Amino acid sequence: MILRQITARLAALGLGMALVGALPEALPAGEAAAAASPAVIRIDNFSFTPPTLVVAPGTTVTWTNADDSPHSVREKDGKFKSAALDTNDTFSQTFTAPGEYNYFCSIHPYMTAKIVVKTGAKLSSN
Amino acid sequence: MADRDQKEMSGAGGVNRRGVLKCMAWAGTGVLWTVSGGVPRSLGLLGAAAAAESQAGGLTFLQISDSHVGFDKPANPNALGTFQEAIAKINAMPAPPAFIVHTGDISHLSKDKEFDDADQAMKALKQPVHVIPGEHDVADADNGKLYLDRYGKGTQGKGWYTFDAAGVHFIALINVFNFAPGFKSAGLAKLGDEQLEWLEKDLHGRSVSTPIVVLAHLPLWTIYEPWGWGTEDAPRALGYLKRFGSVTVLNGHIHQIQQKVEGNVSFHTARSTAFPQPAPGSAPAPGPMKVPAEELHSVLGVRTVNYVHGKSPLAVIDTPLSA
Repeated sequence: MILRQITARLAALGLGMALVGALPEALPAGEAAAAASPAVIRIDNFSFTPPTLVVAPGTTVTWTNADDSPHSVREKDGKFKSAALDTNDTFSQTFTAPGEYNYFCSIHPYMTAKIVVKTGAKLSSN
Repeated sequence: MADRDQKEMSGAGGVNRRGVLKCMAWAGTGVLWTVSGGVPRSLGLLGAAAAAESQAGGLTFLQISDSHVGFDKPANPNALGTFQEAIAKINAMPAPPAFIVHTGDISHLSKDKEFDDADQAMKALKQPVHVIPGEHDVADADNGKLYLDRYGKGTQGKGWYTFDAAGVHFIALINVFNFAPGFKSAGLAKLGDEQLEWLEKDLHGRSVSTPIVVLAHLPLWTIYEPWGWGTEDAPRALGYLKRFGSVTVLNGHIHQIQQKVEGNVSFHTARSTAFPQPAPGSAPAPGPMKVPAEELHSVLGVRTVNYVHGKSPLAVIDTPLSA
């Protein structure tokens, strides 16, 4: 359980760094490993993965709760908010305006993550 | 509250020596916990007064918490069922409590059906039930509208309220609407300025001899910051409460018994009627803890609180569902 979580976190960290490190340029070809599963965020082990997701404007991001506890998705200023997501429930939000969207789980507020909406980002739902 | 005590224990001159001694007689430092049914005794604090003695006379009320109606995962496939069992046990008590308090997480996912089921189950109780929400009760997309529409009538602000029983002043605080998301902090709960100002006004001018019982879902002291088990602005509330001779804070949220005494204030967290959670830091995350099915009832429970004015300290007795 612990090993699995650490592995998941390392993977998420690596992904997040690759994305952040690539800014402000578009992701170089070959580094966009996340493109295989674009605009998807997994909630598991009381964390959002990846913790930072960079998407192009117009992208619809979908969160899936893969945890055995309910979680929610709530932008810090209330710009978007899901209802409580039970196991396997999903929530989608389309991002049009560029910017940074910090969000958290309103049930477990120490769970935080962010969406960066940036023109030219590779990830999109198109 | 007897007028005589109020005169002795309040006033411009503050608390006199005699008043202090009277307060001490029932200051909430002598809390008795008896845990039976094979569950290890959690904590036995000061005051070895027998539970039987303190139960004779005075005010007895009962706390239930974290029923999570709608929860159906392996840790408890039937949370509604164990909630109904807890209610049946309350109804079978030889000396029925005066009323019930539910310290939040009535539902698991803030769904109408879950609240309906919970209300239906609570209808079997013969006593009034005073409820406050947990964060699971205000997790609808409308930020608690369902809860407040259903349970918020006659309350202040976002559902907080007070009531009095047998001279004890009960304050129902709500700390599930103002979380400080953990971007730069631990993500602790908050009471919020509006509620704190209301609390200050409510306590202003009240006699220090008035026993106070505070209800809140999340603990009002920080039990484990990495999991958000605490309330960021609780110190301000406790600042308003510290002059009182007896303050008892009853919480839920962490699905296990924890207790602390600080001056005249004693803090208690209650068991859940649905499923246990791991001890602070003992697991990677605070999710439901699965125990063998035959052990589940020994880690769920209800709590009776007995208050005898001027005679005995407030006694808090946790009883597992298996007892």
